[in-house]
Amino acid sequence: MISFKVSDMEKQVADLIHGMAKDIMRPIARYYDEHEHQRPTELEPFRVIMQAGGMGTGRKKKSGEKKEIKVTDDKIGANAMSITGAEELAWGDVGLMLALPGQGLGNAAISAVATDEQYERFGSKYAAMAITEPGCGSDASAVSTTAVLDGDEYVLNGEKIFVTDGDRCEVVVVWATLDKSKGRNAIKSFVVEKGTPGLTVGKLEHKCGIRASDTAVLIFQDCRIPKTNILGDPEIRPEGGFKGVMATFDATRPLVGALALGCARAAYEFTKEALAKEGIEIRYDKPLVKLSAIEKDMLWMEAQLEMMRVIIQKAAWMADNGRPNNLEASMAKAKGGKAGNLIVQKCVEILGPIGYSQRYLLEKWMRDNKVNDIYEGTQQIQMLVIARRILGYGRDMLA
Amino acid sequence: MSTFSLDEDQRQIKESMESFAADELRPISRDCDEKFEIPPEFLEKTWGLGLTANIIPEEYGGYGFNRSCLNNVIMAEALAHGDLSLSLAAMAPNLFVLPILEMGTDAQKKKYLPTFCDDKYKVGTLAIMEHSISYDPFNVQTKAVLNKDSYVLNGEKCLVPMADQAEYMLVIASTDKGAGAFIVDKNAAGMSLVEKEKNMGLNALPLYSVAFKDCKVPVENCLGGERGIDYTRLLCLSRIGLSATMVGVSQAVLDYSIKYAKERVAFGFPIATRQSIAFMLADAAIEIEGIRSMTWKAAWTADQGEAMNSELLRISYLTKTYAAEQAFKIADYGVSILGGHGLIREHNIELWFRNARAFSMLEGLAMA
Ligand SMILES: Cc1cc2nc3c(=O)[nH]c(=O)nc-3n(C[C@H](O)[C@H](O)[C@H](O)COP(=O)(O)OP(=O)(O)OC[C@H]3O[C@@H](n4cnc5c(N)ncnc54)[C@H](O)[C@@H]3O)c2cc1C
Repeated sequence: MISFKVSDMEKQVADLIHGMAKDIMRPIARYYDEHEHQRPTELEPFRVIMQAGGMGTGRKKKSGEKKEIKVTDDKIGANAMSITGAEELAWGDVGLMLALPGQGLGNAAISAVATDEQYERFGSKYAAMAITEPGCGSDASAVSTTAVLDGDEYVLNGEKIFVTDGDRCEVVVVWATLDKSKGRNAIKSFVVEKGTPGLTVGKLEHKCGIRASDTAVLIFQDCRIPKTNILGDPEIRPEGGFKGVMATFDATRPLVGALALGCARAAYEFTKEALAKEGIEIRYDKPLVKLSAIEKDMLWMEAQLEMMRVIIQKAAWMADNGRPNNLEASMAKAKGGKAGNLIVQKCVEILGPIGYSQRYLLEKWMRDNKVNDIYEGTQQIQMLVIARRILGYGRDMLA
Repeated sequence: MSTFSLDEDQRQIKESMESFAADELRPISRDCDEKFEIPPEFLEKTWGLGLTANIIPEEYGGYGFNRSCLNNVIMAEALAHGDLSLSLAAMAPNLFVLPILEMGTDAQKKKYLPTFCDDKYKVGTLAIMEHSISYDPFNVQTKAVLNKDSYVLNGEKCLVPMADQAEYMLVIASTDKGAGAFIVDKNAAGMSLVEKEKNMGLNALPLYSVAFKDCKVPVENCLGGERGIDYTRLLCLSRIGLSATMVGVSQAVLDYSIKYAKERVAFGFPIATRQSIAFMLADAAIEIEGIRSMTWKAAWTADQGEAMNSELLRISYLTKTYAAEQAFKIADYGVSILGGHGLIREHNIELWFRNARAFSMLEGLAMA
């Protein structure tokens, strides 16, 4: 069925989270922007709500390793609820949203691929995700951190950068290669608990935006972890191993799109209210020649917000209904990331000194939102994924 | 939360209309554009699909299928993928029939609907646009003044599809109570065809400028009678229908460009292997995904009736204006991707480029 109905339950959840974003996040947003690296303590109430709502990307119960995926039509599942929640939380504050306790990017990977035994051990831990290195970002297949099997343990060596939650997390999911000469299929992910000897947190980055979220360097020096901490297949297979580790992006990319949507919506609403105070209303019934430049901009932004939302919702709907959504997930992130930034940047421009002033949060939102078009695969990387899909090309044809 | 799966009816509409568009519209598309005409056989054949009779209730002689704005946009997109002008011609009778169905009085329904259920194709049309840069559909310059038992129409309309063949024309005019719609018969005195228009594109579709000079229309021809019509809704249904055709044209451009870019070799490699080409294709794919879903959302909103009426204007306005911008951008990409070949009339891209420029200014040429 094609439907855009907002159910009562959904509205209640959105309202609840919106209320918390407004009452808890907004008042402290500026403080944590100015006090980088200080851990927000006010966010505990969210932990309960997120768990109750099945939010984040956590699986609710443990399940067998291979679940049969059924294609359905109208199921509204965890992905749909997550993007609804993410939009509202990002409307409150993107940085604080990323700093919510217990909800790291690593959690998505763990719930996607962990065995029951691993899920038992790590499922409820606050998990960061460490892929990026000084020498590789977009090209995750160039990871050079190594994992060498030594008896019952893997020994990790290498440096990871830009790890969101790297300081505050309890465990970290690390991408490392079993054998650099065997290429991307030798890349596996490993769960490392904080406190393991050989793992140290290096510097914390000083950033343009999302300062409430910590971004850390992690150094692995002969860091030994149990053999059982490898996620997924421990063998190097000639085919498809890398695709497996990439698959968690299909769930997280629409979510990042939703973050951009929430932040852009906040900027749009703020701008609309500011204009209304000046007596400038947005009309939907005037021909082009009668519209002011500002009205045109506002209408364009509003259309962009609507477009972002439906594209993101469709990607989530597909995930909830057992349909492969690699293409749509990238579309959601590409559209969200790009349009979101165009919107917040335009809002700052429109409001002139008010947009630029730190007296309001708008200037901060512009700084905060930029990253939504960068991490989890940059705009250009999403375009590559999309182009390859629609052209039926592999990376050999289009890189 | 939103769900995006077609139901059984919609799947059937999509499949049958897509194959009809591929078999019957696309092959004659270029020829019709060059000749500025549509062969009558095409209209006969299209009539056989029952696009109009299907949605007319049985009590008026139709087939009484489920009519929904959503089903209509799925149909419109599929047809427009074949050819824009021909799809608009195929759906033209609904420009008249849908408003009668939605907003007509019982007497109007009884009088007009059965005449569209015959085997012989019949044209009805809508006259809404006017030849002015400050044209405002909410404030048209054509006037209707009540004089005893008739309205007197004065003004000039443009871009009226198939006005030469239309049995009935629904004319939008301003009254002292706002916009109204008036049913004008083929032979009404005071109505005349000014010219068959020539535009940049939409060449195959016969479009006329039509003048009204003290054209008398009996009061019973005022759509909706005493209570009039919900004109905003009428306009929205048209904008949603047009948006669907924009999606269809955009998809046609993308399909063609993908195929071309994979075949065309420059500097030893297919041009699709270059990011500057591939990223245009990717951008088009993203925007089509967006405008299609938005068109569905607008149509779904219309189908909720009264309950969502306050939302309808906003969403169909945003959908139509945004989709028009994107559809033209995508057609422009198409030409760029084909390079010089994109401007040669052998390639449909050239035709779609001219046609897609129309979208931003069009009102009322489709109805969903
Ligand atoms: C605040 C923040 C938080 C982050 N959190 C995490 C985290 O938790 N875990 C983690 O692992 N990483 C994280 N990252 C890293 C992030 O994912 C990378 O920065 C990102 O993937 C881009 O990599 P890069 O910075 O090395 O840029 P590069 O890969 O060097 O790219 C530079 C530019 O080149 C473009 N480019 C690269 N390759 C191509 C190509 N083939 N075609 C066209 N253009 C190309 C890129 O799009 C970009 O514009 C975070 C980054 C930031 C800023």
